[in-house]
Amino acid sequence: MAEDKGSAYIACRNINKWYGTHHVLKNVSLEVKKGEVIVIIGPSGSGKSTFIRTINGLEEIQQGEIIVDGISLSDNISDIEAIRKETGMVFQQFNLFPHMTIKENIILAPIWVRKIPKESAVKIALELLERVGILDQADKYPGQLSGGQQQRAAIARALAMQPKIMLFDEPTSALDPEMIKEVLDVMKTLAESGMTLLIVTHEMNFAREVADRIIFFDGGEIIESGTPEHFFENPKHERTKLFLSQIL
Amino acid sequence: MSVSKSRIKARVWLKENLFSSWKNTFLTCLSAAVLLFITKGILSWLIFTANWEVIYANIRLLMVGQYPVEEIWRIWTMLCLAMFLLGMSWGIYRGVFTQISVVLIVIFAVTALIPFISGTARLWLFLEIILIGAGYWFGRTFSHVKKFYLICWVVCFPLILLLINGFGLLKHVKSNLWGGFYLTILIAIVTIVFSFPLGILLALGRRSKLPAIHWFCVVYIEAVRGVPLITVLFMSQLLLPLFIGNLFELSSVLRVMIGFTLFNAAYVAETVRGGMQAIPRGQYEAAEALGLNYVQRMTFIIMPQALRNVIPALVGTIIEVFKDTSLVAIVSLMDLMGIAKRIIANPQFLGRQMEVFIFVASVFLVLCLLLSNVSKRLEITLNRDRN
Repeated sequence: MAEDKGSAYIACRNINKWYGTHHVLKNVSLEVKKGEVIVIIGPSGSGKSTFIRTINGLEEIQQGEIIVDGISLSDNISDIEAIRKETGMVFQQFNLFPHMTIKENIILAPIWVRKIPKESAVKIALELLERVGILDQADKYPGQLSGGQQQRAAIARALAMQPKIMLFDEPTSALDPEMIKEVLDVMKTLAESGMTLLIVTHEMNFAREVADRIIFFDGGEIIESGTPEHFFENPKHERTKLFLSQIL
Repeated sequence: MSVSKSRIKARVWLKENLFSSWKNTFLTCLSAAVLLFITKGILSWLIFTANWEVIYANIRLLMVGQYPVEEIWRIWTMLCLAMFLLGMSWGIYRGVFTQISVVLIVIFAVTALIPFISGTARLWLFLEIILIGAGYWFGRTFSHVKKFYLICWVVCFPLILLLINGFGLLKHVKSNLWGGFYLTILIAIVTIVFSFPLGILLALGRRSKLPAIHWFCVVYIEAVRGVPLITVLFMSQLLLPLFIGNLFELSSVLRVMIGFTLFNAAYVAETVRGGMQAIPRGQYEAAEALGLNYVQRMTFIIMPQALRNVIPALVGTIIEVFKDTSLVAIVSLMDLMGIAKRIIANPQFLGRQMEVFIFVASVFLVLCLLLSNVSKRLEITLNRDRN
């Protein structure tokens, strides 16, 4: 739980998105302060993954404003790339690059985007691999690692860019149950270190332990938001109560 | 004891596999009769009627066309430079180059042993084998100095161009004297080297979101794929001079190379585009999320995976290019096939079509077999790396 609550790091105002005629995001507004850990939960198809992808420009929005670290997200490529430098993303399907070793996966972006010299990048990569617990896998290819190891490597890859914000899109949903804990532990240490995290997940216990705020998404809009205590003990809306009764 | 045992085993095998039922027995006898008939025909032709005099007498024509005899050392030298680079690549990278080098050494050795090869040619062939070895030694010794390897390429490439063209230092051999296997290889290599990058650009352009680029690429690819190669070759012979006007002179060979390159680029484009579509969306997203720009994404993430996906198809394209060069005979260029037709038309060698065509077919067969083996080897190496 972070203490430093500065100004808004991410500000989303009245975001609207349509896929054809299907209104997937309806007037979504959210402000995330520096160091906050936000967990987004909700039923499938509620738009939570779509929402998190609009923040680093992987999905486009038709209406609304997104400001990340002071940079406004627009059609301008250089703005989008500037934002992507500061936001790291971890995907449900890991998306490691199969034709490169783990180490090469991690040093690629720091060398070519941050222009860090190769030796420093390798040093950072090895430190991160140690931090997530897979230093011995550095020279293997992603295909040779287990799911949990791959996801931890993906987290290391995102962290190598030293982002200000980390986005997690259902990071444990594709993992076997035995491997979920190792990934959640890494995410817990990240949260405790004071990093700003935005996490979409179905892991309720994790949310209860780690989140500063929990956001409930349903049908493309934010139904309710609040601290874990408020959320799990005293939900206000009917839909929230319904959802919680189904999963808890 | 073991002799009769193996005889019994053989009888058992024959009974089970060839003579197991009446139908199978009948089919076996029928196939045996057909095979015997064909083999008897081929063997009797090979031993009694075939006269390989036509190949002996024309071997130089078949290999280099009407290239002036006193300048043939230039072609041998080009081969020397290429073999040195091949040897170096073998020494540094091993893998697929081992196979290519070994096969070429065998081919040179076998050719040197053929009785009707001239003495000078034998010396040159021997030199080629030595150069492959020398290149290999160089590669092994300097394998850590990658820059040395690059320097060798950078030096050899203009040297080869100099040898082909002359550029005032050497006598300029007019391109209408180029011919035979030399011309085939030249056209094929130039076409491949230029059509592959062009094809990759076209594939990227077709997937672009910018309408002008996208539609240009679509129209180009579909137009070229809708037209047979032979018409493209005819058109490039007749139309290119009209477009270029009197700016500079385009030799017949150059026109054919341009037409062929533009034609092949469309096919490479579609193959590469297929390879790109086989890459999961997540790869594109992960590359974007890391902040890599378009060029970086394509160079480091997408193209390596896309090209690996379509190696069999790309090597197939290369093999087709080599074989399609024989079509330039129709626009009166004297490549291997063109020379072959000329030789047959010579009254001195009347009736010797079979020998000439078998020779030409064997040359292509050896080349294409080598290429498909390279392809298999390349796939194994790349998949081994990945897994």
